[in-house]
Amino acid sequence: MFALRSFAAPAQRQYVRAAPRAAVSFSLQIQRQYSAERVAKFQGKKDSNGNYPVSLIEGDGIGPEIAVAVKDIFAAAKTPITWEPINVDPILKDGKTAIPDDAIESIRRNKIALKGPLATPIGKGHVSLNLTLRRTFNLFANLRPCRSVAGYKTPYDNVDTVLIRENTEGEYSGIEHVVVDGVVQSIKLITRDASERVLRFAFQHAQSIGRKKVRVVHKATIMKMSDGLFLNVARDIAKEFPDIEFDAELLDNTCLKMTTDPLPYNDKVLVMPNLYGDILSDMCAGLIGGLGLTPSGNIGDECSIFEAVHGSAPDIAGKGLANPTALLLSSMMMLRHMSLNEYADRIEKAAFDTLAEGKALTGDLGGKASTQEFTAAIISKL
Amino acid sequence: MLSRNSSRTAQRLLRAAAQPSQRLNVARGFASVQDAPQNSVQSDLFKPTKYGGKYTVTLIPGDGIGAEVAESVKTIFKADNVPITWEQVEVSGLDEGKPSARTEEAFNEAVASLRRNKLGLKGILHTPISRSGHQSFNVAMRQELDIYASISLVKNIPGLQTRHKGVDLCIIRENTEGEYSGLEHQSVPGVVESLKIITRAKSERIAKFAFSFALANHRKKVTCIHKANIMKLADGLFRGTFNRLAQEYPQLECNDMIVDNASMQCVSKPQQFDVMVMPNLYGGILSNIAAALVGGPGVVPGCNMGRDVAVFEPGCRHVGLDIQGKDQANPTALLLSGAMLLRHLGLDDHANRISSAVYDVIAQGKIRTRDMGGNATNHEFTRAILDSMEKAL
Repeated sequence: MFALRSFAAPAQRQYVRAAPRAAVSFSLQIQRQYSAERVAKFQGKKDSNGNYPVSLIEGDGIGPEIAVAVKDIFAAAKTPITWEPINVDPILKDGKTAIPDDAIESIRRNKIALKGPLATPIGKGHVSLNLTLRRTFNLFANLRPCRSVAGYKTPYDNVDTVLIRENTEGEYSGIEHVVVDGVVQSIKLITRDASERVLRFAFQHAQSIGRKKVRVVHKATIMKMSDGLFLNVARDIAKEFPDIEFDAELLDNTCLKMTTDPLPYNDKVLVMPNLYGDILSDMCAGLIGGLGLTPSGNIGDECSIFEAVHGSAPDIAGKGLANPTALLLSSMMMLRHMSLNEYADRIEKAAFDTLAEGKALTGDLGGKASTQEFTAAIISKL
Repeated sequence: MLSRNSSRTAQRLLRAAAQPSQRLNVARGFASVQDAPQNSVQSDLFKPTKYGGKYTVTLIPGDGIGAEVAESVKTIFKADNVPITWEQVEVSGLDEGKPSARTEEAFNEAVASLRRNKLGLKGILHTPISRSGHQSFNVAMRQELDIYASISLVKNIPGLQTRHKGVDLCIIRENTEGEYSGLEHQSVPGVVESLKIITRAKSERIAKFAFSFALANHRKKVTCIHKANIMKLADGLFRGTFNRLAQEYPQLECNDMIVDNASMQCVSKPQQFDVMVMPNLYGGILSNIAAALVGGPGVVPGCNMGRDVAVFEPGCRHVGLDIQGKDQANPTALLLSGAMLLRHLGLDDHANRISSAVYDVIAQGKIRTRDMGGNATNHEFTRAILDSMEKAL
C-alpha cells in the first residue's frame, strides 16, 4: 500500500505539473523543434578510435551468455562500437529504488544502451528496474517489430509487423486509489503532448523504414475522450506527413484481423496507447514464436535503450544453451538507430540465414546447438 | 422442477446412446447454465412464463448484417416449430451525433421488452467514434439490465479448417464496469483522464459465475486474466477476489495469467485454455483474438447473463457494416446463440436439431458463406440448413 502510493505520487505530480506548463509556454517551442528535425535523433559521438561507445547492461540469468554472443558477432563484423559494461543492480536512495549514478552517467554520455533480461524480484515492494529505466530516461516510445523466422515454423508465415506503443502514460500511469473499501479507481491518462510525441515518432519511423501507411489502433467508441484525444492528435499530425497514408482501426478489429491473417499488416506501422500496445506487441510475438525471437527498442528524446524482452531464464543460465536471437535483433535495431545500417543489414542477413538453414539452432527452437555453436555459425556467414 | 430435470436426464442418456460421441461433444460446449448443480448460479435463474404454450422472446436484429442473420434465424426456428413468439424491436445505433427521439424511444422499448420477457436474442448495435456521438447502446443495455456476465464459446467447428486445432475455450467477461464505466473528463485542455472502476462485489459475482459455469459444463480449469503487475490496486482486487473464491472450488484447477502473456499464449498454444474470466476490456481483446482462431466472428456464439435477464448475442461482437445488404453474412453465430437460448429454456431437442444441422452443413463444406471460405450467400446457406434438418427427420 505504501509502496504503491509512493509509486503513484511522483507520476501524478509530474504530469500535473508538466502538462499545463508545457501547454502554456513550451508547446510552440517544442513543436517547432520537433517538426524541424527528427524526434529522438541519435546524438552520440565517436570516441578517439572512431568507435561509438555503447552502454551494455548484460542482465541476469542467461544475460551474460547472450551478451557475449552479441559481442563476438559484432567484433567479427568489425562494427565501429566499443562496449561499456555497466551495472544496474538497484540501490536504495532516500528509501526509493534507484539505478547507480555511474550507470545513469554512462547512458547519458553514450545516449544509447543495449540491455539483456533483468530479473524483477516479485513481492519485494520495489518498482521494476525496467520501469525505473523508462522513467529515468523518459523513454516515451516502445518499438516492437516482429518478423517471422524462416527456420521456426508457427501457424503463421511471413509475419512482418511493426508496432509502436506509447510508453509513459495511458492505463499504466500508476494513478490508482481505493475510493471506499472494495471500490477501486484506476486512471488512464492521455495527454496531448505525449500523444503528439509518440505519433510523430511513428510517422518518422515509417518514413525511415520505408513504409507508406500508419495506422492508429484505438477504442474511441467506448473511451470517447481519452482515445478520442489520441485519435484527433493523430489526424493532426498526419497532415504534416502527406506522403504517408493514415487510417485508424478499432482495437477489436485489429485483434481479430491480425490473428486471422497478419499479412495485410506487413506494409503498415501500428501506433497505439500503452495498454493496447503492450497486449498487441506480445500477441505479435506469439504469432512468430514467442519473446525469444522479438527485439525491442525504447526510444527517448535524449537516450534510447534497446533490449531483449524475454525473461532471464535462470533454469538454463550458465549452461550455454541460451538463444541470443532476441538480443542480437535488438542490437540490429540499435545499429539502425545509430544510422549504421550497412552493418545491421549484413549481420541480420547472416543471422536469418543461419536460422533458416536450421543446422545450428538452440534448444528453444528445436535444435541441439549451444549458444557458442549458433554464434559461430552466424560469424562464419559474415 | 424435479420431474422436468429427471426427464431431461433421461433424454440426454437416450441421446448419448443413440448418437455418435462427436456430436454430443459439440453439444456439450453449449450446454445450458441451467444444468448447474445445487450452487449459486441456480439462484440467478428464472423461468419465463409460457403464454399459449409459447415463450415470448425479444428479438433485436441490430445494425449491419443483423437484419439478414436475424431473418435466417427466424426462418429456421419457424421450420422447426420452436415454441417461441418473437417480439421484434428495431434499434439502431447508426445515428451519428445525438440520437434522435425515435432512436431513444426504440432503445427504451427494447430495454422494457427485455425486462418483461427476461429473454432476448440480439445482434450488434453500431457505436459512432466521434466525441459528440452517443454512448454505446450495447454497453448501455448491459448496464441498464445488469447483464453482468458475457460468455463467448470459442470452439473449432468440425470440418472448418483454421490455423489452430483443438481449441475449446470459453471467455467469461465482466460486462458492467472496468474500462467501460464511461467516466471520463478533461482536467485541462490536452489532458484527459478515463476511469476504470473495479469493485469487490462485482469481481466476486463474476468469479462465482465463472466457477459455477465451469462446474455446470464439466470444465476442468478456470484462468483469471489480469494486469495486476501494473494496475496493482484495480486488477489486484480482481485477481485477489478470484484467488480467494477459488479456494471454495477445490475440484477445479485455478490459475491466473497476465493479459499480455495470455494473448501471446492464445495465438501460439490456445489449447491450454479452458474457462477464462476477466474484466471488461481484456474480454473484448481476447474474445476477438480467440474468435479469429476458430474462424472469425461469424461462428462464435455467446450470451450475456444477468440475475433477471439473459440476452443471447454473437460472442464476438462485430456489426459487419462492410458486408451489410450483400447477402454474404454468416448466420452461424446468431443461430448457435439461438440454440444456446433454446437450451436455456430446456428445449434441448430443438436446440440439438438446429445446431447439428448447422454443423452438418459446415462439415460437408459444399455450401459455406464467404468468411468460411465458400461463396454461398446467406440465403443459400440458410436453405442448406433447412434441407439438412428436413433430411434428419
